[in-house]
Amino acid sequence: MRFGEFGGRYVPEILIPALEQLERAYNEFKDDEDFRKELNFYLRNYAGRPTPLYFAKNLSRELRMKVYLKREDLLHGGAHKINNTLAQALLAKFMGKERIIAETGAGQHGVATAMASALLGLKCRIYMGALDYERQKMNVFRMKILGAEVVPVESGSRTLKDAINEALRDWAESFETTHYLIGSVVGPHPFPTIVRDFQSVIGLEAKKQILEAEGSLPDAIVACVGGGSNAMGIFYPFLNDKVRLVGVEAGGEGVETGRHSASLTTGSKGVLHGMLSYFLQNEDGMIADTHSIAAGLDYPGVGPEHAFLKDSKRVEYTVATDKEALNAFLKLSKLEGIIPALESAHALAHLERDETLRGATVIVNLSGRGDKDIGIVMEVLK
Amino acid sequence: MISRSLIVFIPAGYPRKEKTVDFMLSANADVIELGIPFSDPIADGALIQKAYFSALSSGFRLRDVFWIAKKFKGESDKKLVLMSYYNPIYRMGVEDFVMGALSAGVDAILVVDLPFDEANEFVDVCRDFGMKNVFLAAPNTGEERLRAMDELSEFLYLVSTYGVTGIRDRVSDLAFKALKRVKKVCKKPVAVGFGISKREHVMELFEAGADGVVVGSAIVKLIEQFGENADKEIEDFTNSLLQKF
Repeated sequence: MRFGEFGGRYVPEILIPALEQLERAYNEFKDDEDFRKELNFYLRNYAGRPTPLYFAKNLSRELRMKVYLKREDLLHGGAHKINNTLAQALLAKFMGKERIIAETGAGQHGVATAMASALLGLKCRIYMGALDYERQKMNVFRMKILGAEVVPVESGSRTLKDAINEALRDWAESFETTHYLIGSVVGPHPFPTIVRDFQSVIGLEAKKQILEAEGSLPDAIVACVGGGSNAMGIFYPFLNDKVRLVGVEAGGEGVETGRHSASLTTGSKGVLHGMLSYFLQNEDGMIADTHSIAAGLDYPGVGPEHAFLKDSKRVEYTVATDKEALNAFLKLSKLEGIIPALESAHALAHLERDETLRGATVIVNLSGRGDKDIGIVMEVLK
Repeated sequence: MISRSLIVFIPAGYPRKEKTVDFMLSANADVIELGIPFSDPIADGALIQKAYFSALSSGFRLRDVFWIAKKFKGESDKKLVLMSYYNPIYRMGVEDFVMGALSAGVDAILVVDLPFDEANEFVDVCRDFGMKNVFLAAPNTGEERLRAMDELSEFLYLVSTYGVTGIRDRVSDLAFKALKRVKKVCKKPVAVGFGISKREHVMELFEAGADGVVVGSAIVKLIEQFGENADKEIEDFTNSLLQKF
């Protein structure tokens, strides 16, 4: 139920039975042969797994290291999010729920949830901060085309954390018929474990693929961390191996400016969204507003297992600024013909800076593609 | 602490801390429940959310809660329960918070998002300092959990319905069923809250055996409407809640 001291189930009593039901269902179905078979069918034939582990020759020459990209950007929907939404939507069906609710920041998880809901015939409502709703109009429209209802959330800072608040409020009323499909390794137990397990397909594939390509494990794996689902997904199968693991948080305009989302690097312990973890907050425990050029990293907290892996020093956590991420975004596009998501570009940016990686073999989790970010990048370069 | 008691919820610092004390004093209630503003109040509906955001954006600080409590207890012998989310308490440090509350005269603390099985440290500290705890129960809470929180609670706060705080037209059948069940399982008094805003709600619940009834959002609405001048409105409204036929 906890990762060291982190995690837990800090929710109003009314949600406890719903979380207990989810835990029971998950334990029952995670090893169930029919469930696995159906999930694997959809992952392969609908989402496009396995994704390639691509040796980025040009980038490798430029950076003087062997860079492999785990191509989650090639999945249906354009990001790793679909691994989790397909699995949880199936789990919801097994539990007899007929309706799905979810939060979304930039809209990637919302789109992936809307897809899985459409596929499996579930009603779907997505909560989205009103500010995000305005700046991500295309994704709002995508979700609507996919049959989802999208609700802008006007309260608080009108961003991702407020969308989670509103989804939790909905769930407190609707849990009998509704599954809350959380999009990252955050929230009350058992969500961080469930999402990590469903995303660890990324690391399991990568391990097999790198052994085929190199005959040995990589020296390092690098992934961006917002809530932390793509990073947990690729790190988890390597936790017991001699492989350096590096998580890169959003440094925004620089951690010294206060306009960033680096909760592990600069935050403090706290309790929000059902979990004990690291958060950006003031001295009264009020949660701070955050900033990142990558909307998917724009969250004031982080999954509790990352908090544990930081304190136990198994994973190194660092930051990349908006500017560094933007440069990495442009570089990968020019050198490899691959436009990465601005989130994933934070992981790529780390390769530039870390001199200890020269000559090493490195896997970067390319968690999403950058088509969704073209408008933002166009604005910044203007 | 409660027996056929009207419990009135007042959000701290809305519109400012001095007025909070006035509102608490003007309410005709047996117990005052003082709500601590939080940036992310997941169990609260629109009215209380708005009150909290307004308090925070006009500079309300956590330590002001103790100032309000002390002032109030200096002028009233009504019971005072703090209602908070866990993060402000955790951030200040559980010991410091409980000590601060105790020396301000607070009688009990209810933490909305701290279920009893996550509350070991909190309960231990409260016990050490002689502070009382109140835990939330819900219509879907199992018997085993009810028994456990019955042990730890001064009284139980039964949430009347699924969902969040707010004004509702009627008390749901679910609430009456739950009240009957909780009264059967638990030895401690039971207060019912969430969605209760009218005199007939209060009377129905007392009839059905509730030891306390909490009125919250309806009070917040008065403050929203009348601002600095809500004292009289709160007094009249709370009087009307208890008026006999």
